[in-house]
Amino acid sequence: MIGYTIQAEGLVRVFKKGPRAVDGIDLAVATGEIYGFLGPNGAGKSTTVHMLTTLLPPTAGTARVAGYDVLHQGPQVRAAIGAALQEAALDPLLTGREHLRLQASLHALPRAERKPRADELLRRVGLAEAADRKVRGYSGGMKRRLDLALALVHRPRVLFLDEPTTGLDVQSRTALWEEVGRLAREDNVTVFLTTQYLEEADALADRVGIIDHGRIVAEGTPTELKQQVGRPTVEAVPTDPDERERAAAILARFGEPCASSDGVAVRLRSGEADLANIVRTLDAEELKVEHLQLHQPSLDDVFLAKTGRSLEGAADEDEQERASRGLAMEPA
Amino acid sequence: MNAFADQVLLLARRSVVRTVRQPANVFAPLLFPLLLLAVNSGGLKAETRLPGFPTSSFVAFALAIPFIQGALFATMNAGTDLARDIQTGFLNRLSLTPMRGIAVLAGQLGGVAAMGLVQALVYLSVGLAVGVRPASGALGVLVLLAFALLVTLGFGALGAFAALKTGSGEAVQGLFPVFFVFLFISSMNIPRDLISATWFRDLATANPVSYLIECVRSLIITGWDGQALALGFGIAAAITVVSLALASWALKVRMAR
Repeated sequence: MIGYTIQAEGLVRVFKKGPRAVDGIDLAVATGEIYGFLGPNGAGKSTTVHMLTTLLPPTAGTARVAGYDVLHQGPQVRAAIGAALQEAALDPLLTGREHLRLQASLHALPRAERKPRADELLRRVGLAEAADRKVRGYSGGMKRRLDLALALVHRPRVLFLDEPTTGLDVQSRTALWEEVGRLAREDNVTVFLTTQYLEEADALADRVGIIDHGRIVAEGTPTELKQQVGRPTVEAVPTDPDERERAAAILARFGEPCASSDGVAVRLRSGEADLANIVRTLDAEELKVEHLQLHQPSLDDVFLAKTGRSLEGAADEDEQERASRGLAMEPA
Repeated sequence: MNAFADQVLLLARRSVVRTVRQPANVFAPLLFPLLLLAVNSGGLKAETRLPGFPTSSFVAFALAIPFIQGALFATMNAGTDLARDIQTGFLNRLSLTPMRGIAVLAGQLGGVAAMGLVQALVYLSVGLAVGVRPASGALGVLVLLAFALLVTLGFGALGAFAALKTGSGEAVQGLFPVFFVFLFISSMNIPRDLISATWFRDLATANPVSYLIECVRSLIITGWDGQALALGFGIAAAITVVSLALASWALKVRMAR
């Protein structure tokens, strides 16, 4: 029997003069799972996190985290969770070490344990050398890493990460992914991660929920989701541009034509197993190609299929829509 | 020590550390009132020749003002620090711990009160250094410090209320000139019974800040004046109770979780 650490049913949050930021979502995240919550800006990801972490009461619906009701058992929920919210909420005038010791104390860690725990986390997130510097001198990546360390001080069973890698360089992003993966694998921590980066959800999450306009429009493992939207495509660019029609005719034997910017492409009828046959056929027909590539469906394709919009464009559209309606996001 | 006291102490320590690490927040509340004291003592010294003026030392008369000005600075510091915590999301971070919400307010005000006490000691030391001898003696000095602490707490809680209600440091800073107006329409520079303009005397009489100043002043130049002490402590306690209630309510709304 699967144990669910995060469960939500019909979760709703309505803001004053605003839309239903979260519009009846159901969630079931298993213990030790990394759940990626993917969606554009303004889709309702952060509002959901705020409700699950007890920072915002739901307008309707119920949610349990670590077995506790978020509305009625707030202190128990807060004791069980760690959270790194969208903005690294740090005091620029305190040092990294002071932040950790304050956090350890507020979580009522035994006195003798506070210093070693702070030292251990500072080492783990690579901030041991900068530990006694004021946070205002930290880079964005360092702040994010300290934020993660603070969320882990009391060894939480559930970790909420709200867009943890936004604005980070590739190196910092990779380091953070590794640490999050390790936490789930080795410490059995349940991770609820919101992101607007497809590759982040793809690389990290065991399961992904795609949210748009406050509703979950698709959910499953990244592979399942991609399979739902269809088969891979193959794109070929003939060496001789005059051979495009012949290349298209050959590829058409393996699937339905689809759009290609440089050459010709088909959506494979029998999946990626056809790739070898395509290569053999092109060779047999003596058609030279300078480029042949298999494209697996991406999560963006999934988002496109479920919402009719591309994930990257959706954020801009939502921003424009909110601006044009002059919506204020105040609690109702 | 129980967990709540531990949390309050830690947050108060953080409040003090933050203030100390912003030199402007330490020196402005110390230097500005003392500078004003020096200027007023030089420029308004002739007032002491007015018939009925309660002392021959204008410094002794004016020494009460820095105590109230210092408390006004505490309002701003408490408020802007708390507003910054809201703006940076640090309050959310604190909210995500099992800590009791009221510990945030108690810790912040504890830090402000500690700084207020240091300020009061500095003002008092400067007064003693220039020859002011409090008429109420050593016990009066202790009462004076307790009163300064109470006023700092009251004004600090008002600043915290403004911060929690608006979430904006700018809004808190906007309060500062308003409080200063109250200070200037009080008996700050002249005893109320010597104010010749009726409208100004009426305003000063209606202004609670006058009684705060007169309470400090009584301890320095009169000795033990029961009425001045009762009015001063009564008004300071009322301000503190009301502002703490408002700040607690605003905190509850802000940390609705």
